[in-house]
Amino acid sequence: MMLTFEDFPPGHFGTFGPRHVTREELLAFAEEFDPQPMHLDEEAAKRSMLKGLAGSGWHLCSIMMRMMFDGYIGRTASLGSPGVNDLRWLSPLRPGDDLTLDIDVVEARVSRSRPTTGIVTFKATVRNAAGEVLCEMVSPIIVQRREGVASERAG
Amino acid sequence: MRFFEDLKIGQRRELGSFTFTAEAIKKFARQFDPQRFHLDEEEGRKSLFGGLAASGWHIGSACMKLLVTDGQRQAKEAAARGETVATWGPSPGFRELRWIKPVLAGDTISFASEIESLRASEKRPEWGILQARNTGTNQRGELVFSFLSTAFVPRRDGGARGD
Repeated sequence: MMLTFEDFPPGHFGTFGPRHVTREELLAFAEEFDPQPMHLDEEAAKRSMLKGLAGSGWHLCSIMMRMMFDGYIGRTASLGSPGVNDLRWLSPLRPGDDLTLDIDVVEARVSRSRPTTGIVTFKATVRNAAGEVLCEMVSPIIVQRREGVASERAG
Repeated sequence: MRFFEDLKIGQRRELGSFTFTAEAIKKFARQFDPQRFHLDEEEGRKSLFGGLAASGWHIGSACMKLLVTDGQRQAKEAAARGETVATWGPSPGFRELRWIKPVLAGDTISFASEIESLRASEKRPEWGILQARNTGTNQRGELVFSFLSTAFVPRRDGGARGD
């Protein structure tokens, strides 16, 4: 049974993970997409504001996306997302981190332009095993309403 | 890379382009965003995207790649002129990210970055804070992607001004 708009009332939705992050994957992503010394080189990273080797913020976002997919998006009648209202990188992502993801629904409303869908705005918070917040994101996704899924099946 | 003092509101840099092949779209999606419309052409056609579509995080990561490459190009040029090269700090985040139109297999996106605001950091006098609007435009000239990023940029004199 796919999750639909009705399954996302405002409030805490769930906690997902842990997701273990390896040094190898941090380096591989940084080499491909974000080859700054603070993401690739231990010594340069120590001298940087991050004070040690840290993963790319875009890698953290991508891992967060995968955690959302594995946690609930993969079984949600989602039509995609128009964007991200606000994203903060608050603490560095380190090799060996075990990440957990908390999802809160901050707003859920029926779409005016496409009434068979709703817009669910999430707040996602990623923490490491010590409970430090690494990343906070507020982002909407478009989700089908139950009647929308039903009419599609009937059609 | 340039120092905070060298930057002006409205300065724009063309960062180059990135082609999203079907292969690259699926590879990124398998790893990070395996939603059906990012993995399969037919599923993409049936979706709101109308074709095999790149994950939004793939688009953001490609933009980051070109921002870093452009920074390295500037650093090389500054070093060749015998200037001190500034090392930029990390970014505390971004706002107003919009995936405006789908990026489909075969699309080539040209990215650009334009400075919107500059201010001194209150907590870290050796750093300035820059906000830049980064955008992606497809081969038909349609704006497909935009976000307002924030970054720490070093002050030329380390912020230790005598005056």
